[in-house]
Amino acid sequence: MNDKKWIITGLVVFLIIVLFPFWYNRGKAVPPPEIKLTDKAKAAKECVLSKEYMKAEHMQILDLWREVVVREGQRIYTNPKGKSFVMSLSNTCLDCHSNKADFCDKCHNYASVRPYCWDCHIEPPKEKS
Amino acid sequence: MNRKYMFAFIAVLVLFLIAWIGASIGLQWLFGVAVPYLAVLIFVVGFTRKVLGWSRSAVPFAIPTTGGQAKSFDWIQDAKLDNPSSKFGVFMRMVLEVFAFRSLFRNTRMKLKEGKLFYQLEIFLWVGALAFHYAFLTVVLRHMRFFLEPVPWCLQMLETVDSFFRIEIIYPQFQFGLPAVYLSGIVLLAAVVYLAVRRIVIPSVRYISLASDYFPLILIFGIAFTGIMMRYVAKIDINAAKQLTLGLVTLHPTVPDGIGAIFYIHLFFVCTLLAYFPFSKLMHLGGIFLSPTRNMLGNTRAYRHVNPWNYPVHVHSYDEYEEEFREKMVEAGLPVDKPLEAAAETAAGKE
Amino acid sequence: MAEAKPKPKDVLDQLNYQPPRADWMDTPVEIRKGMYCYASNPKSVATLGLPNARPWNPTDEDWKLPENWQQIIHEGFKERLERFRSFKVFMDICVRCGACADKCHYFIGTGDPKNMPVLRAELLRSVYRNDFSRMGKILGKLNGARPMSVNVLKEWWYYLFQCSECRRCSLFCPYGIDTAEITIMGRELLNLLGLNIDWIATPVSNCYMNGNHLGIQPHAFKDMLDFFVDDIEEKTGVRVKPKYMKKGADILFITPSGDVFADPGTYTAMGYMMLFHYLEEKYGLDITWSTYASEGGNFGFFTSHETMKRLNSKMYAEAKRLKVKWILGGECGHMWRVINQYMDTMNGPADFLDVPVNPITGTRFEQARSNKMVHITEFTADLIRNGKLDLTPSRNDYMKVTYHDSCNPARGMGLFEEPRYVIQNVCNHFYEMPPNTIREQTFCCGSGSGLNAGENMELRLAGGLPRGNAVKHVQDSYGVNMLATICAIDRAVLPTLVDYWAPGVQVTGVHEMVANALNLSGQNERSTNLRGEEIEDLKAQSEGNADE
Repeated sequence: MNDKKWIITGLVVFLIIVLFPFWYNRGKAVPPPEIKLTDKAKAAKECVLSKEYMKAEHMQILDLWREVVVREGQRIYTNPKGKSFVMSLSNTCLDCHSNKADFCDKCHNYASVRPYCWDCHIEPPKEKS
Repeated sequence: MNRKYMFAFIAVLVLFLIAWIGASIGLQWLFGVAVPYLAVLIFVVGFTRKVLGWSRSAVPFAIPTTGGQAKSFDWIQDAKLDNPSSKFGVFMRMVLEVFAFRSLFRNTRMKLKEGKLFYQLEIFLWVGALAFHYAFLTVVLRHMRFFLEPVPWCLQMLETVDSFFRIEIIYPQFQFGLPAVYLSGIVLLAAVVYLAVRRIVIPSVRYISLASDYFPLILIFGIAFTGIMMRYVAKIDINAAKQLTLGLVTLHPTVPDGIGAIFYIHLFFVCTLLAYFPFSKLMHLGGIFLSPTRNMLGNTRAYRHVNPWNYPVHVHSYDEYEEEFREKMVEAGLPVDKPLEAAAETAAGKE
Repeated sequence: MAEAKPKPKDVLDQLNYQPPRADWMDTPVEIRKGMYCYASNPKSVATLGLPNARPWNPTDEDWKLPENWQQIIHEGFKERLERFRSFKVFMDICVRCGACADKCHYFIGTGDPKNMPVLRAELLRSVYRNDFSRMGKILGKLNGARPMSVNVLKEWWYYLFQCSECRRCSLFCPYGIDTAEITIMGRELLNLLGLNIDWIATPVSNCYMNGNHLGIQPHAFKDMLDFFVDDIEEKTGVRVKPKYMKKGADILFITPSGDVFADPGTYTAMGYMMLFHYLEEKYGLDITWSTYASEGGNFGFFTSHETMKRLNSKMYAEAKRLKVKWILGGECGHMWRVINQYMDTMNGPADFLDVPVNPITGTRFEQARSNKMVHITEFTADLIRNGKLDLTPSRNDYMKVTYHDSCNPARGMGLFEEPRYVIQNVCNHFYEMPPNTIREQTFCCGSGSGLNAGENMELRLAGGLPRGNAVKHVQDSYGVNMLATICAIDRAVLPTLVDYWAPGVQVTGVHEMVANALNLSGQNERSTNLRGEEIEDLKAQSEGNADE
């Protein structure tokens, strides 16, 4: 039957598409990104909240900060431990995590996440040391 | 209470418990590596065998469903898609069937009112089916970000488009909407709920439904639901998750610590779906392409279709017929091949 | 037959589409009088050499099956899965979306859930899952599988002979699953056990031996046409001279034998004879009839592919013997499905025939260049288009016509415009039925695929409900009084049907209308139609109706 070749062609195309991830990566191991902490961050030991919480929910806390600052005019955040922070991405977060490329971008790129922080904010210019 | 959907529901619940317990007692290697590989293997082999099985069956006759005017005179407009006389027409008919569910779009609902039958356009099944399939496709494509590194720009584009609508709810006590909400996930969940509810609510559809009709729906609901939970509520370490999935497709399987159990449940559901696929009605994915009522040319009088197993049959020949009726035929003035005398002679000669 | 039919209104009031609470697999089949056809006569089965010829009765407990019947079914099933991809794919891919459910005229008319196309197919699919799929075997009923049993077999028989293979469901199925195909396979399997109905088996045996379903012998066939010759002369004053098995004629004409036998098909047969006479007188066209191939219809199609081929073979054989140029086919439904989609493959290639050309107009029928067979409405449409017929359409002015697309020329061929073109050129009042009931969405007459017996009248009337309802609609809206068709089964069964659902409407073949309008040289004043009714009276009557 002459349609068998069409069926097999179709099947092969389908399997190539289905198995795309296997041959796209060609079996090369890709090491996961490692988070690099600046000395300042290391010294602080803990961020505004626990590390686990920050890892999963940092976007929510940033969003909440923006809401509170922009809409309500409050600028001070006090964490459950009683420690206070100025709610500012550029001045507080990036003060410790001044290595945006290593700290933020690496993971975001790996997970294909494009936060819209940088639509408005700019990375504070690094002081030449 | 319908035993069929209860059974399907319980089956999915059991799957959930298996994965949950498994992940809790440290069987991450089993559920994160062994089961996925096995599922993909079953899917690929099962799918291939099924399609090859179909291809081995013959197509003895050209039996397209002719849904429009055949090509005849040049002064009559023919239906180039519904009764295709060219290969391009068949191709377009198939494209519209596969990508737009064209036959389903014809759907009507019959109603009997005061002794009169009415046929109304019934578009919801078509809308629901399209929404379901396209949302599912988008979700699958989006998940490629977990299997590819670097993530190709076209997938990034897709993510951007899929998260085009910003839905953010911000209260100090409750926040939702970050990471960005993917529409496809919500549509998939809604569509699968619609399809399941429709199956349960419409009496005739409930009557024809089997447990194997509810099972994939509930399973896909489970997949979508756990996926959405993982993304917006019980967030997992996404980079660890990608490390695992990427490890699978790069053939360097690793099981990083600290991925929540919900991830393994999600993954186990997906693996079940993959392994179940080739042995179920889900094979309509492949079967639609081989449906002889849709993929054949309508010009069956103009071109001869060959039956590979055509065999000779017993027929009642004209000679036998004339032999039986010759006298009556001659008497009635009907022409015969052998005149009466000649036939009598042959008969005499034989004796 | 003698029993009084229930009133249409009562039937409609009792119609209920709510399925029962119990699962369909737990609902045993009840073979109900009025819904089934009598069992095949063993003599007919034996004539054809088909298996298990014996007297049996569907309502009996014991169907006298061969001892190894389950094995026969299993092996027959397996063989057909290998021979027909359609069957195999359709067994595998149905998702039970329910789009087909309310598309079947038998479901609409009976409300019996097993008449939903999907469930009709599930009757076979459930056995397929049990016998041919591992998943089905393991999960059993949960996966919709069940083993073959006598009760399942009876259920098959009952419901596969409640499907007219009209393909309406196939049009709406997102995968093109064609219940006709499944019914065909199921009936083949049933025939392996000798479980045919007599309304099919005996016509098939007649056709095999005598050339036509009714078993009319050659001299009697000629007698019948001679009777029409007299009739035509009486009504038109012209004596036509049909030809029989003339060697070297231009065209062999084959039409269903129903048209030489029963009104109103007989008038259509007269119509053909008048048209051929006209063409011979005016243009010298030589068209011959045959008594050997005197059947266009093919009830073998409703038995098995093999039987279909055995009956169909006569068409080409006779054309070859008579050395005609090509074959012209009359108005018939399933005959044209067979000719369009099976004949060339089964009994071709017809390389001993010419590509059909109408010698009068010079039109080459490219659409039939391989199988060499032209539909009479194509032929007539071409003649009209080229102005070759002398027509007085006003003779049909008493008719308000609507047109019933027959299932097979519709969904198995795509013949929509030609008959309409002919109708609109031979009458002045034409009204279409609602779009969901015509063309590719047309509804069956309710009696197709060999189900036009007398004993299953309840089924036929129920199956005819959607068609009857649509006819009633145009009758009420436009005063339609004539239902035109191009199918002999339609002509045989629709009169009963419209009498029931839309009384006052009559049934006609398209070529009866052509003949009424056709002017023959030497004709009389033509004050009556072919049925011998005074045209002026009919006109007055029809106008009177319109005024009401």
